[in-house]
Amino acid sequence: MRSPVAAVLTRDLALARGGGAGLGVVFFLIVVTLTPFAIGPDLALLRRIGPAILWLGALLATLLGLDRLLQADHEDGGLDLLHLAPASLGTLVAAKIFAHWLTTGLPLVLAAPLFGVMLDIASQGLGRVTIALLVGTPALACLGAVGAALTVGLRRGGLLVPVLILPLSIPVLIFGVAASGDGPEASGALMALAGLALGYAALGPFAAAGALKALRD
Amino acid sequence: MRLVASDLVVTRGGRPVLSGVGFAVPAGGALAVVGPNGAGKSTLLRTIAGLLKPLSGEVRLEGEDEFEPRERMHLLGHQDAVKPGLSVVRNLRFARDLLGGEGDLTAALARVGLGAIAELPGSTLSAGQKRRLAIARLLAAPRPVWLLDEPTAALDAAGQRLLGELVAEHRAKGGMVVAATHLALGFEAETLELGTVVTVPAE
Repeated sequence: MRSPVAAVLTRDLALARGGGAGLGVVFFLIVVTLTPFAIGPDLALLRRIGPAILWLGALLATLLGLDRLLQADHEDGGLDLLHLAPASLGTLVAAKIFAHWLTTGLPLVLAAPLFGVMLDIASQGLGRVTIALLVGTPALACLGAVGAALTVGLRRGGLLVPVLILPLSIPVLIFGVAASGDGPEASGALMALAGLALGYAALGPFAAAGALKALRD
Repeated sequence: MRLVASDLVVTRGGRPVLSGVGFAVPAGGALAVVGPNGAGKSTLLRTIAGLLKPLSGEVRLEGEDEFEPRERMHLLGHQDAVKPGLSVVRNLRFARDLLGGEGDLTAALARVGLGAIAELPGSTLSAGQKRRLAIARLLAAPRPVWLLDEPTAALDAAGQRLLGELVAEHRAKGGMVVAATHLALGFEAETLELGTVVTVPAE
């Protein structure tokens, strides 16, 4: 595999293996563990809002490492190298987002059923929330990449990314939690979530690349 | 093949840095861009590479229709883009594959004197070794145009000699070199002198 896209993908996966990719899952676990303490010993309430807690935890955990998505390459001149590659910057950013999702988003999805048991979610509900997270977390990663690109040159950009991205992630959250429910509207919500994810995946990398190019001048 | 820049006008932060710079480098030619700090040497190289958009003027690679100019260029900038978490050879493999090169990694590393430490992580490299690793990219992914920004910075005397040899070999094969420097380079080149533009000219 010698294409520029494969090069970026394998390199970013190797870099993620070297440093703290599991931290997001630990953060997710802490959010899920803390909520029952805040709510108190009401198992029925916990079961009802369990999917929402999982979604909030996954949303916050996804944002955790996003500020570093492009910043390291910005600081060490790696972005200039990407520019010289025989591929569009948008495609290469898409490869970076995919690598980021594989190492931070996918572990959250895999951990969700386990953490859901802690919230007393029924087994069917566990399956639905896991599928909804599988569809929704790539959308969050693509959104976050735009925020990361916009703040790449800022020294305190890490705090700004969540501030920029959290309001924009509201549609994903709404449809994600709805798709995790057991009502008749769940499958429709899952379709809407998939549509959102596809839209963000199609636009996000190129919007991020556009922001990077605009900031270069 | 010929690298031609005509009438480049570039501003940075509202301040004109290059006003009407032009040159032509034939195959096998080299151009040394000299001038004091702030004269726009790095800006010129980044403009040639397409990283900065000129207000007017253009850069083109004559006799090259198949590729975009940036796909035929190397830019050795101030930063070496070496990932501390990856080994030396892994760093080079990434750059080669990204840039679409076919060169031999072991041979390239041996040539720049990093053959013995190919498996060490990038975090253990000194500034000079990082620069040598960046120079190895020029060999692992051959491209006709080398844009070298202060290429001798951080290099020891042997490293500067090596760079001179590599430039000579590159030019012998028809390659073109544009180097920005405020020191003497280890090779012969035409000179383009940039002056400092500190005042905004009156309209």
